[in-house]
Amino acid sequence: MKKIKSIVALVLVLAMSLTMWGCGDKKTSGDSGSSSKGSDVSNSASNSGGGETKDIQATDDGKVLNIYCWNEEFQSRFTDYYPGYTPGSDTSTGTLKNDLGEFTVNWVITPSDDNAYQNKLDEVLPGNVDAAADDKVDLFLIEADYALKYVNTELTLDVHALGLSEEDTAQMYEYTKTVCTNTDDGTLRGVSWQATPGLFAYRRSIAKDVLGTDDPDEVQAKLGTWDDFDAVAAQAKDKGYFMLSGYDDSYRTFSNNVEKKWVEDGTIQIDDNIWKWVDQTKDYTDKGYNNKTSLWSDDWAADQGSKGKVFGFFYSTWGINFTLLGNSLDDPKGEEAVGNGIFGDWAVCAGPQSYYWGGTWLCAAAGTDNKSLVADIMKVITCDADVATDITNGTQDYTNNMGAMEALAASDFKSDFLAGQNHIALFADAAKKIDISNMGPYDQGLNESFQGAMKDYFTGNATKDEATEAFYKAAVEKYPDISAPSK
Amino acid sequence: MAAARSKKSKVVSYTKWGYIFLIPFFFVYIAFQIIPLFSTIYNSFFENYLAGLKQIGPNFVGLANYASLISTGDLLKYTGNTLVLWIAGFIPQILVSLLLAVWFADAGCKLKAEGFFKTVIYMPNLIMASAMAMLFFTVFSNIGPVNQLLQAIGIVDEPYVFLDHTGSVVFLVGTMNFLMWFGNTTILLMAGIMGIDASLFEAASVDGATGSQTFFHITMPLLKPIFVYVLLTSLVGGIQMFDIPQILTNGEGNPNRTTMTLIMYLNKHLFSKNYGMAGALSVMLFVVTTILSLIIYRVTVTPEEY
Repeated sequence: MKKIKSIVALVLVLAMSLTMWGCGDKKTSGDSGSSSKGSDVSNSASNSGGGETKDIQATDDGKVLNIYCWNEEFQSRFTDYYPGYTPGSDTSTGTLKNDLGEFTVNWVITPSDDNAYQNKLDEVLPGNVDAAADDKVDLFLIEADYALKYVNTELTLDVHALGLSEEDTAQMYEYTKTVCTNTDDGTLRGVSWQATPGLFAYRRSIAKDVLGTDDPDEVQAKLGTWDDFDAVAAQAKDKGYFMLSGYDDSYRTFSNNVEKKWVEDGTIQIDDNIWKWVDQTKDYTDKGYNNKTSLWSDDWAADQGSKGKVFGFFYSTWGINFTLLGNSLDDPKGEEAVGNGIFGDWAVCAGPQSYYWGGTWLCAAAGTDNKSLVADIMKVITCDADVATDITNGTQDYTNNMGAMEALAASDFKSDFLAGQNHIALFADAAKKIDISNMGPYDQGLNESFQGAMKDYFTGNATKDEATEAFYKAAVEKYPDISAPSK
Repeated sequence: MAAARSKKSKVVSYTKWGYIFLIPFFFVYIAFQIIPLFSTIYNSFFENYLAGLKQIGPNFVGLANYASLISTGDLLKYTGNTLVLWIAGFIPQILVSLLLAVWFADAGCKLKAEGFFKTVIYMPNLIMASAMAMLFFTVFSNIGPVNQLLQAIGIVDEPYVFLDHTGSVVFLVGTMNFLMWFGNTTILLMAGIMGIDASLFEAASVDGATGSQTFFHITMPLLKPIFVYVLLTSLVGGIQMFDIPQILTNGEGNPNRTTMTLIMYLNKHLFSKNYGMAGALSVMLFVVTTILSLIIYRVTVTPEEY
């Protein structure tokens, strides 16, 4: 009996320790496996970059389409405008049936907070070619701020090699193509269905009170330069309003019009236009022209609702029809119509400087096993003029098709949210002026760090020099391969 | 037969079972403690990070990571921040816990529903630290209930931005740590007090000792081992403080990095998978923790007692 007991005990102990050992072992082997794979791929990527191989790593034998993205925007466009797609019972899967066959569609949605989305991509993309057929990433979405990080590798496929013709992409705004052009060989690696020119959205009722008019042309005439803008800010303050909500609101209008890249030869440089933003924002904060909020915070969102006292917001296409509209409603679940919150109390004008903000690009992942399907999705969603018109009519979003948008700009298209204004005409003007020649792969991280560091200067917790030092510190932590300028 | 057996051994030894039962512990300890510890030290000598999607290194750089960490001079600042945040939570925590533990353990108090209160004070510890931080973030935001209340009763005219002032951030983090941990500490101290021989308390009361005399001359000296244990575990936990300030300040240690803890700094290096720097920082953290623990141990435990 005793013997049996001890044998049982021994077996239990062994079983336990073996599982522990198993866990430990798996962990270490997994780690070393992925890291070695990572370096292999980066090697091969740099080799093939020089070797000029036109064969792309894509096949057509997949049955599962995996799409990686950070929110549900593309999912809803895909559901509404790509024929043959039926969403499943939950939002993470669906089925697709068209001429190319029958597919299961998986949505892998990772919110981009704290870099989580990019981390997810970095984890899966390098090993995508060797991944199991059903796990291969086929399509993934990226934003302009970090586009070059992916576009400049062989992990994204040349869109034209995939099957889109030059003609297909001819109607796209030039800047949307520049964002996703590989800077080494000039090939196009991603396409977008939207262009995201930015405008200044203002409250009609506040404009009437402050300027005596809410007509977009007349308001624009009073906000045409930064000096004018500052003057109106002072007027708004006198009437008890804030010109802007927070510190970061006008950041994009300055950072999009820089003359220097963030990083040149591994050294950080801060453009004069960025310094103008710092000085303006400090001035606004000290004089009480802004409400001291931070972008995307709850109080920032509340400033866009019926209790807000803010003159206006710098917003691009999606921001006006999606974020601003949502924030302006008193009852978020209620009807989107006049009477719900301040729906209809908004209008847009070009503002002092043209800029763009955001946008989503579709990229095909190297190793995809649904080459034709991915190409077809790109073609339908981003190249088809009729679909572009439908999307704009259906969602008010500004789409990436010059012909279709010019036609809408000239039509009697109007937005109820903007009290009947045809904002597409303004977008069409602004979109042509976008210049992104000074974009770089470090933009997202450095923009974020710079705004974060300068906030301490605005609130008075640091001097300008201290805040700048803090920025350099954060920048080097984020990107160990760059350095602060020597003093 | 019987003679042969007795020659081998007269007693049946069960010692080996002790070792066998310890095997799982050693496996876990080696796999999850020793191996990571040495690989961290090993990694700290290499330049090894991601630049975009490009892997840089690992290249052996000797002590360069340590040199660059020390040369910025921030390490002392972050260590200071961490200690301030820890103390802000620990002082109220230990005071309240001691008081509660004495009350709970004192039969003379005749507390009703003792079990209920013990459960209630432990409750906050069951909430995830991140959830707690999110809660405070919302409650103390510019448009949160606290600011609305302050404005309504006229203490402030415009919202007080809690996250823009070092003092208020320290206060918030301290409060959260206090709320989360005082229940746990109370239970530990209570166990310690109940372990003290009850006849000592009786003797004291027979001799006419007051409550405070009993506390300072009987409870405290005899509670010392448990007290040191609580202090040490709290200190080690405090040095590793991460989740609450990280989430409350969105990883930035607002304002101007005055509430950035050492582990938050470590986390910053992991943005770029900078294993070399993170490794060097971890090793230094290990050293700092060891030194602080030794100091506290020396100061509180006098040799003649042990």
